Amino acid sequence: MTTDSNIRPLVEVEGLCVSYGSDENEHRVLEGVDLRVEDGDVLCIVGGSGCGKSTLLKTIIGLVAPKSGQVRLLGESLHTLTEQDQARLLKRVGVMFQYGALLNSLTVGENVALPLQMHTDWAPDFIEDLVETRLALVGLDSTSHLLPTQLSGGMRKRAALARAMSLEPEILFCDEPGAGLDPETAAGIDRLLLSLNQQLGMGIVVVTHELLSIDRLNGDLVMLDDGRVAYRGTVASARQADQEGLRRFFYPDGAA
Amino acid sequence: MAARLELTGDVLHISGPLTVASAGDAEIQLRQILSAGAPQHLQIDLTTIDRLDTGGAVWLQRLPNIAQSVGTQITVGDVPVSLRAFYESVASTGAVTQDSAADESVEIERTTEDFLNRLGDRAYHDVNATMEFLYVMSDLTWSTVECLFRRRGIRQGTFVEQASIIGAQGLGIVTLVLFLVGGVSTLQAAAQLRQFGANVLVADLLAIGITRELGPLMTAIIIAGRSGSAFAAEIATMKFTEEIDALQTMAIDPLKLIAVPKMWAMLLSLPLLTIMADFVGLLGGTVTGVLSLDISPATFFNRVTNALLLKDIVTGLVKSISFAWVITTISVFRGLQFRGGAAGVGNATTSAVVTSIFAIIVLDLVWGLIFYLR
Repeated sequence: MTTDSNIRPLVEVEGLCVSYGSDENEHRVLEGVDLRVEDGDVLCIVGGSGCGKSTLLKTIIGLVAPKSGQVRLLGESLHTLTEQDQARLLKRVGVMFQYGALLNSLTVGENVALPLQMHTDWAPDFIEDLVETRLALVGLDSTSHLLPTQLSGGMRKRAALARAMSLEPEILFCDEPGAGLDPETAAGIDRLLLSLNQQLGMGIVVVTHELLSIDRLNGDLVMLDDGRVAYRGTVASARQADQEGLRRFFYPDGAA
Repeated sequence: MAARLELTGDVLHISGPLTVASAGDAEIQLRQILSAGAPQHLQIDLTTIDRLDTGGAVWLQRLPNIAQSVGTQITVGDVPVSLRAFYESVASTGAVTQDSAADESVEIERTTEDFLNRLGDRAYHDVNATMEFLYVMSDLTWSTVECLFRRRGIRQGTFVEQASIIGAQGLGIVTLVLFLVGGVSTLQAAAQLRQFGANVLVADLLAIGITRELGPLMTAIIIAGRSGSAFAAEIATMKFTEEIDALQTMAIDPLKLIAVPKMWAMLLSLPLLTIMADFVGLLGGTVTGVLSLDISPATFFNRVTNALLLKDIVTGLVKSISFAWVITTISVFRGLQFRGGAAGVGNATTSAVVTSIFAIIVLDLVWGLIFYLR
């Protein structure tokens, strides 16, 4: 699992192609995408709507099957593993979905407790304490008895973050963490992600197209355009780069 | 305000506002002018229109089509300078097709050509759906049995919750319907048997009919409509809101967490409901029989108990267990098949109920052949 340089790759994607539909009406979403996330990295996958960002994320976490190419998550090829091995691997990964994807039939506390109940043998009162702590850390004290429908959009996302964190994952994937939120809440979520990265060394992969969020996270950047990687570098270098697609993305009004 | 169309010689002057609100009226006027014998070549003068919106601009672009349909050629003049920028931005989308006749012929050609393709596609999808169904069926059945020995992946309390929803909350409607069905069956049977002076056999017929067929069948159909639809809607909605995806990424098997408790709740509740249904159906028949057929309650009761065989009740229960399995499997499968938005949830629910009821009736026939074919 460890490479020669002692840097552990969390995600390795090579020549990834993904398409939807049957052979005749094939719609290619990703064509030959290469990507690498290393331990402690923060990576923003950016690009316009429909460029394949979310599909790339879903392929990495095993929800979409690749047409061809390699996807290795924590050093293992998720798509070729047996069901038990997939489960073992996924327990080390956290995912926060765009709209939270909390189970609406369970309370917030039960949602956060669910992975712990399913995958550990910890005592119920220990799980309860852990859940309360997790919720407090994302700023949701005393909400554990509420149903997800009783929360605002921003609170739902923070609860989803608490749930994604519940098994202390080695890498966290976030699909549009700031989408549809007011600037203050969005910034709060970005700060939470950064603190996880800095304090726990957790790898963070964020799919987004929010410029403010990209600047705040200020990590590596991969820009997708029409299913291909159009740019790879840091946020700072991307802002300086003299490339048409990047300029349009970072300076949509034309100012540089 | 409506647009005004005036014909002077070869020139048609359009004036006033040309908007979504007035374009319909303008078209009626135009067609009147054209059908009243318009010149072969018509100039359209737009210099006096004072307002234009997207609807008006699209209508202007469609003018050659309208004229072509009555065999007139049209030259559309320029719009006033103040409206030109807007008109051009609409025209530059190129969304209005100029030659509709050619499109239609291509369309017809394509329909015949694509028939075999569509047939093949349909067959391919049906085979795929069947394979998916077999996969869900075997996976769900295996998980249902497995959870007896390994509890991991099942949330505590969900089974009791589901059993109360399916069984306890469904009891009212099931007993009400079966009471009425029992009563109606008695009346109909009596109407026939009376002709032979065999009124008293109504009780035998009722006992056999309710326990063998009507009890298990009606209960299953009611529960398919009540709980099968709820299963499909719940699972489809969970797919829509990415809850199923989230479970998968948390290494939690959605079938175990969501479907297995439903399956056990159904397997337990449906036979219990069927026993209640049998009892209440017989009660309904007895009440009707006593009130309308001049049979004493004691006689009716005696005949019913004599006619009832343990086999009838047991076969009814075997049937209801198989119905429970079919309803849950089909409803869960239909929920998981969900595609699209809100309408997709509706489709999943409808097809869950329709397929379940069809499967229940086919299965009932199969059991009938196994148990009673001599």
